[in-house]
Amino acid sequence: MKVKQNDEEYNKYVDAVTPKHNPFKNCLNAFWIGGLICVIGQVINNFMMSYFEFNKEDAASYTSLILVLLSVVLTSFNLYKKIAKYGGAGALVPITGFANSVASPTIEYKKEGEVFGKGVKVFTIAGPVILFGIVTSFVLGFIYWVVKLIGLV
Amino acid sequence: MNNQSVGKQSIKFENPPVIISQASVVGEMEGQGPLGSYFDQIETDPAFGQESWELGESEMVRRAVSTAITKSGLEQDKIKYIFGGDLLGQLIGTTFGLKDFNIPLFGLYGACSTCGESLSLAAMTVAAGYAENVLAVTSSHYGGAEKQFRFPLEYGNQRPLSATWTVTGSGAFIVSQTNGEKPMLQYPRITAITTGKVVDYGVRDSLNMGACMAPAAADVIYQCFEDLSMKETQFDKIITGDLGKVGSEILIKLLKDNGYDISRQHMDCGVNIYNNEQQDTHSGGSGCGCSAVTLAGYIIHNLKQHMWKKVLFVPTGALLSTVSYNEGQTIPGIAHALVIEQKSNTP
Repeated sequence: MKVKQNDEEYNKYVDAVTPKHNPFKNCLNAFWIGGLICVIGQVINNFMMSYFEFNKEDAASYTSLILVLLSVVLTSFNLYKKIAKYGGAGALVPITGFANSVASPTIEYKKEGEVFGKGVKVFTIAGPVILFGIVTSFVLGFIYWVVKLIGLV
Repeated sequence: MNNQSVGKQSIKFENPPVIISQASVVGEMEGQGPLGSYFDQIETDPAFGQESWELGESEMVRRAVSTAITKSGLEQDKIKYIFGGDLLGQLIGTTFGLKDFNIPLFGLYGACSTCGESLSLAAMTVAAGYAENVLAVTSSHYGGAEKQFRFPLEYGNQRPLSATWTVTGSGAFIVSQTNGEKPMLQYPRITAITTGKVVDYGVRDSLNMGACMAPAAADVIYQCFEDLSMKETQFDKIITGDLGKVGSEILIKLLKDNGYDISRQHMDCGVNIYNNEQQDTHSGGSGCGCSAVTLAGYIIHNLKQHMWKKVLFVPTGALLSTVSYNEGQTIPGIAHALVIEQKSNTP
């Protein structure tokens, strides 16, 4: 072609003509969907403590377990995706989002076998979260240890 | 035979090859779209009765090819070559779908432009006299493409508004030789082709493929007009493959900058194949299947009904892999243009 834009101009132009999601609406949806998941968690937690008389820690563990189970069931019926499409980070950040990221590759790669399918691919999305989560907790633990050693806490 | 090579990148056929038969097989969502009534077969099972998306895609290819052969009335052994391709790694969609046909195969990869690439090579082969009948087939599958290029299907994420939706569909075409004794005027004919270059404008967003491919489409359309000394007004339609809404807008602007205003003639298969609002497909459809089934269903129908006489068909492809993308490379585009004409009933 005769007239050509350079890459920088073109990318600027593309950015200007590409429609974007409304961030305010997205934040609002993320807030109430994320909030709703937390409310469900709190209801389960209170129920565990009052009905089964679990202590605080046991009740919290059971709450996580039940939320994960709920998310996996919703994922297998392809429903969690619909919630995440609407709620965005509100559905991805809670533990239910993590469960979805583990369950979905397991379903997708089932056809490729137990080891190379499910086994290898199960953490394709959640893997980085686990890895960097552990690294971060190690670093924080180290800082805590140093701070404690010099007697600040 | 006269010299048929014209300009920098084009061929004008002395005896233009004809598309004597075509077939389109699509998934349920494409069947529910605005072009649903034009397709030969709509399958409601997303795996096409098979165990995986990949085998499902192969089954779809098999059905498209056998339907095209049946509709042509030709014996299978009258087809000398198949030119075929898809989006899956190492072309497993095409190869596994074609293994029982016993027809020599050229496997092609041109991303979503493969429909244009396969038809161009098919036309060149028959026009050169190397074969009387050849078949071109391309396919794409939503499940297989998402799995390979993006995320597992059940994974929850938000797609940007510029993202496109991979079409589940396969289109097959039988391209045949013509000559003075056998003009075959009733069929749409490929009168010229312009082969596109890899064009890179430095876009890195894999979820805005329209913007990655629009410069390649603009480049090949511009070159086609220059090589063939034609103008946009000589075409009833200028049809791009899968630029989507965003890419279409960019294409029209890029060509306007170069002195061609195609805004009246332009149509995009990706924009037309779905009802974007109701089917929530964002920028439109994409994939090798998108342009292939739109040509096999809708475009050839309109040519045969004499609603259009001359169209420029330009499938567009984005050249990326998950490796190139993760390694931070840009996403170049490629597009191939074919001039397809239908002679009027009255000579």
